[in-house]
Amino acid sequence: MDESQLRLDGNAAAGILREVFAMDVSGAQEACASCGTIGWMGAQHLYMYPLAPGAVVRCSTCGDVLMVLVRGGGRYRLALPGLRWLEMREPVQAPPET
Amino acid sequence: MARAAVQRRLTWRRGRVTRRVDETPRVRTLVLALEEDWPGHLAGQHVDVRLTAEDGYQAQRSYSIASAPEDVGQLAITVERIGDGEVSPYLVDELTEGDQLEFRGPIGGYFVWDETPGGPLLLVAGGSGICPLMAMIRHRAARGSRVPTRLLYSSRSLEDVIYREEVDLLAARSDGLEVFHTLTRDRPAGWTGYARRIDLEMLTEVGWRPDEGPLGFVCGPTPLVEAVAEALVQLGWSPDRVKTERFGPTGG
Amino acid sequence: MDFISRGFRGRPREQAPAGRLPPGQYMVRDFPVLSAGPTPHTPLSRWTFSITGEIDEPRQWTWEQFRALPTETITKDIHCVTKWSKFDTVWEGVSVDTLLDGVDTTAEYVLAFSDGGYTTNIPLQDLTEGKAWVAFAFGGEPLEPEHGGPARLLVPHLYFWKSAKWVRGLRLMSENSPGFWETYGYHDYGDPWREQRYSGD
Ligand SMILES: Cc1cc2nc3c(=O)[nH]c(=O)nc-3n(C[C@H](O)[C@H](O)[C@H](O)COP(=O)(O)OP(=O)(O)OC[C@H]3O[C@@H](n4cnc5c(N)ncnc54)[C@H](O)[C@@H]3O)c2cc1C
Ligand SMILES: [Zn+2]
Repeated sequence: MDESQLRLDGNAAAGILREVFAMDVSGAQEACASCGTIGWMGAQHLYMYPLAPGAVVRCSTCGDVLMVLVRGGGRYRLALPGLRWLEMREPVQAPPET
Repeated sequence: MARAAVQRRLTWRRGRVTRRVDETPRVRTLVLALEEDWPGHLAGQHVDVRLTAEDGYQAQRSYSIASAPEDVGQLAITVERIGDGEVSPYLVDELTEGDQLEFRGPIGGYFVWDETPGGPLLLVAGGSGICPLMAMIRHRAARGSRVPTRLLYSSRSLEDVIYREEVDLLAARSDGLEVFHTLTRDRPAGWTGYARRIDLEMLTEVGWRPDEGPLGFVCGPTPLVEAVAEALVQLGWSPDRVKTERFGPTGG
Repeated sequence: MDFISRGFRGRPREQAPAGRLPPGQYMVRDFPVLSAGPTPHTPLSRWTFSITGEIDEPRQWTWEQFRALPTETITKDIHCVTKWSKFDTVWEGVSVDTLLDGVDTTAEYVLAFSDGGYTTNIPLQDLTEGKAWVAFAFGGEPLEPEHGGPARLLVPHLYFWKSAKWVRGLRLMSENSPGFWETYGYHDYGDPWREQRYSGD
């Protein structure tokens, strides 16, 4: 089974990223510093495995590393080596239902 | 882009299982009671589930919320049992009414549909990939939305089709929801639907033309999602109109 | 632990032989795939292995030249930072001693580099004297791409992220320089017996 069957979307990292950020990062827009493509974090490729300390988000256009999060030993180290920018949106109230 | 409804700190919560529904021989829905501080969710969002053993060992996985946001006070997840899996067999076979489940959510602001993006919808699912799409279909029905929506759903056999009766009933309302099944392994006698993996030709027949401004949601095992997303782009869809949710190697 | 999931025990684990499992690890029989990026598929005709950096005359082998070097069969336990350990894995490879034979260098550190841009740093003395190999076969079969084929570094006494998949060469360095995971917070050395998972452990 190769990694092309295992990878996920950035969206699947939204939970751990909320341990670090106050706002949702999967719905944030980003610009790749390498190829310039503007996209949604949730739509980039995620390499994340159960029990692995590190998760890697790569640009779904050029494959370069956008973000790495390593957590363990009571710490989170976050690297944004390939992001030109990241734009989060202010949360809004949940839609009132029924 | 729909805005995330979540706004407070994402904390682990406990929900009591109030009901279980057998969907297929390998798939079960768990309905959890929600506390009042649940902020509500958007169709397509997921929860992270955490299991803790007596010796402190923990395992964590994601499950899509299958119920509509309008279904207040409770939340449903639908889980497929993966034979050698660590978490899904526990959720399907062991967890029962009255048990507590630890989870956090709602999570994710990308793979969500809340009516505003407009355009006709194409929903493509493989196996348990139907779960977040079902939340969208239910949300659509609860809102009385008439957004033209086509569901293309790949299952191994007819008995593996999750939510079959409910989807058929909703499609019978003739409010713009059309449902297409493909069965990749076993077909009942007289089956007239598709009988192969989703391919370019099927997507041409079922999907919208790119110039109709459609929005696509594709969910299921990673290989299926990659194949479908690639095919849609080949058919002229703009990549940012094709939203994907890869479940990993399982979920077919 | 204030919450317990009734009846949850985790995946059934086999009892490991005493003394063979580093702290915090469990034993597996399968071989999970972990990767920080897509699997490269470099054709053997374009594959080379290089020794660069602090070396008077850099070395390079084509696949044929590399496969003509003397090989060894290695049976070792391996330990992944995601907590699985696999016992008695059988590899075939070229010893790093063979690749560095006759090299005169003042370097004390090595940066292994791979197709796809992955790197990892290791003290030179942890690669020599029969401690490390460039492996091209696993279990008697050519090493599959998902496990690092055509060739991966094999440094079994360190956590397995040090055993760089798809390895294409070693850069000899007089100063230590962190690789991919080491930059992002994994331990610089990665000794499973001292549970050196994160930087500072
Ligand atoms: C955002 C998101 C939403 C999801 N929603 C749902 C949902 O609504 N319903 C649902 O049923 N599932 C859903 N999933 C999938 C779910 O999270 C689990 O992956 C699934 O239930 C399997 O978990 P498990 O613990 O049973 O199996 P695991 O123990 O995780 O793995 C099962 C098998 O997969 C293979 N495998 C896994 N990882 C590797 C590896 N690294 N190398 C080699 N083989 C490997 C092995 O054969 C393994 O035994 C979702 C996933 C994501 C990311
Ligand atoms: Zn890019």
